[in-house]
Amino acid sequence: MRPAGLAAIGAAMKVRVHVTLKKGVLDPQGKAIHHALEGLGFAGVNGVRAGKLIELDVAGGTSDAELEEMCKRLLANIVIENYRVERVEEAA
Amino acid sequence: MKSAVIVFPGSNCDRDMACALELVTGARPAMVWHRDSELPYGLDLIVVPGGFSYGDYLRSGAMAALSPVMRAVKEAADHGVALLGVCNGFQVLAEARLLPGALMRNAGIRFVCRDVALRVENSQSAFTARYEAGEEIVLPVAHHDGNYQADTETLDRLEGEGRVVFRYASEVNGSARGIAGILNEAGNVLGMMPHPERAVEAAHGLADGRRLFEGLLEAVGQPA
Repeated sequence: MRPAGLAAIGAAMKVRVHVTLKKGVLDPQGKAIHHALEGLGFAGVNGVRAGKLIELDVAGGTSDAELEEMCKRLLANIVIENYRVERVEEAA
Repeated sequence: MKSAVIVFPGSNCDRDMACALELVTGARPAMVWHRDSELPYGLDLIVVPGGFSYGDYLRSGAMAALSPVMRAVKEAADHGVALLGVCNGFQVLAEARLLPGALMRNAGIRFVCRDVALRVENSQSAFTARYEAGEEIVLPVAHHDGNYQADTETLDRLEGEGRVVFRYASEVNGSARGIAGILNEAGNVLGMMPHPERAVEAAHGLADGRRLFEGLLEAVGQPA
């Protein structure tokens, strides 16, 4: 068995952080996109909310707690935004 | 009065601010680069100017809030040094959590660049001592992300504690309760979207910003 430390160094990992506006926070960009879709003739769009997708390439050993910290301290502004961390399996 | 203006890559109101400070206070401010981790000794005022620090990457002010100099700025503010954030400077102070709330994209989506009427809601602060409470003044705004938002509890607290110092007299950017400028709890940190430094002399067409700097000068015992 390989020591855990080596495994951590060896395996990189992709993480997707989804940043979205909190419910109830007005989203002018989403509104503009909505209007543009209607302008293109797409009926039946009831609402649009725009957010951000941030992809991180991190060391395999990166903990959930560290990822949380990254979100809280920089990637999202928790006054107005929510975030969701998604670990992505790297295709070999 | 000893003052300093913080300069980030992408700041563009730093020199206007320096000119205004020199004109009104008679002393040239120190220009402090964002990588510096120390501020000059004995400052009375620190200004975080307008512009597009770090290209507004991620969120307006988010990157600047983490730059080395901001640690020193926070420490100075904690010790009671007056700290003024204008426009992008307000965004930086909010991102640095020196002020509550956040500045979002203008509700009308467009960049707003014009003179706006403001009501001075509190004339008790060092920043507004030279204004009358309830007075209406005119200052220029130029921003894309000036839509101030905070939760209801925070807004109520700001109002209750007299920390909303400037309010738009009419709709500008969708800000909650028309908020244009707020103080921190201690009253020594002011963030505002309008530009007082662009309205300090007759040649500017507007001079209502001048009294903000005069008030600060008076607060440190120098008659303006």
